[in-house]
Amino acid sequence: MLTHGGAEDPLAYRPSVRYILNLMVQYSRARFDASFAALSDATRRGVLEQLGRADASITDLAEKFQMTLTGMKKHVGVLEQAGLVSTEKVGRVRTCKLGLRRLEQEAAWIEKYRQLWDARFDELDNVVEELKRKETVDGRKKRE
Amino acid sequence: MDARRESEPTSMKNRTTMERRSERELVVTRTFDGPARIVFEAWTKPELLKRWWAPKSTGLSLLSCEAYVRVGGSYRFEFGHEGSKPMAFFGKYIEVIPHSRLVWTNDESADGALTTVTFEEKGGKTLLVMRELYPSKQALDGATAGMEGGMHETFEQLDELLVTLGASVSRS
Repeated sequence: MLTHGGAEDPLAYRPSVRYILNLMVQYSRARFDASFAALSDATRRGVLEQLGRADASITDLAEKFQMTLTGMKKHVGVLEQAGLVSTEKVGRVRTCKLGLRRLEQEAAWIEKYRQLWDARFDELDNVVEELKRKETVDGRKKRE
Repeated sequence: MDARRESEPTSMKNRTTMERRSERELVVTRTFDGPARIVFEAWTKPELLKRWWAPKSTGLSLLSCEAYVRVGGSYRFEFGHEGSKPMAFFGKYIEVIPHSRLVWTNDESADGALTTVTFEEKGGKTLLVMRELYPSKQALDGATAGMEGGMHETFEQLDELLVTLGASVSRS
């Protein structure tokens, strides 16, 4: 199913809605209103549906939705503000994709996870120190 | 200010590194100032594990901690986090080589990783390397996108809501 006509039928874009929501939930509540406002427009939902299948340039999207470049830029801007879409300009082409810039998102997650382990290991340092002391004492008290 | 600086032994502290080493693998390293047998002991005795697995600074509290560290043995850790409902992490040890290597599964999710921890002693210090091997690129991508665990219920609800919203908007 490669047409974008699915935007007229709410059930047709259900799978990508799931994906979009997965992305959405991680943003703060404040961003929620912006997201729902962004999603209240059928064209913008169609754009998300389209980006759920593949990244696309603004020109591609404008053509697919039979819209002017300026009109499409506006829609993409709303989606970008809501954190649902990110865009990146390579040469003269601005490519749109779902979600945050993936690398930023991943780097932030890895740093958070690293901090968890770092905190654990700091505590583990204390346990190791204590066991070392105990071993020294025990070693003096008894053999083996 | 001086007091604060003194209370932070940052120069003494060993660094924890974490990197995504491949599409499916996350690697954590840390050196400990002690022999491998001691570090290993702290990973394999529940009463010791308990003392460091849920550091206070993270807001986590360990509600229960069971670990039968032997091949085929199971473990189960339950955490509380500031009033939200407890989370359970569980799985099985599939490799236990004293003082050098531990491998366990993470069975709380279908996308759970296989965790391998190695302990390498050098000059009285131990280099610890922990590898988390995820079942697929998608599983690790999903984790790093923050999509794991108890959020699914929320997604379901939002999904329903959005379909309803979509239906009413396209009819108008």
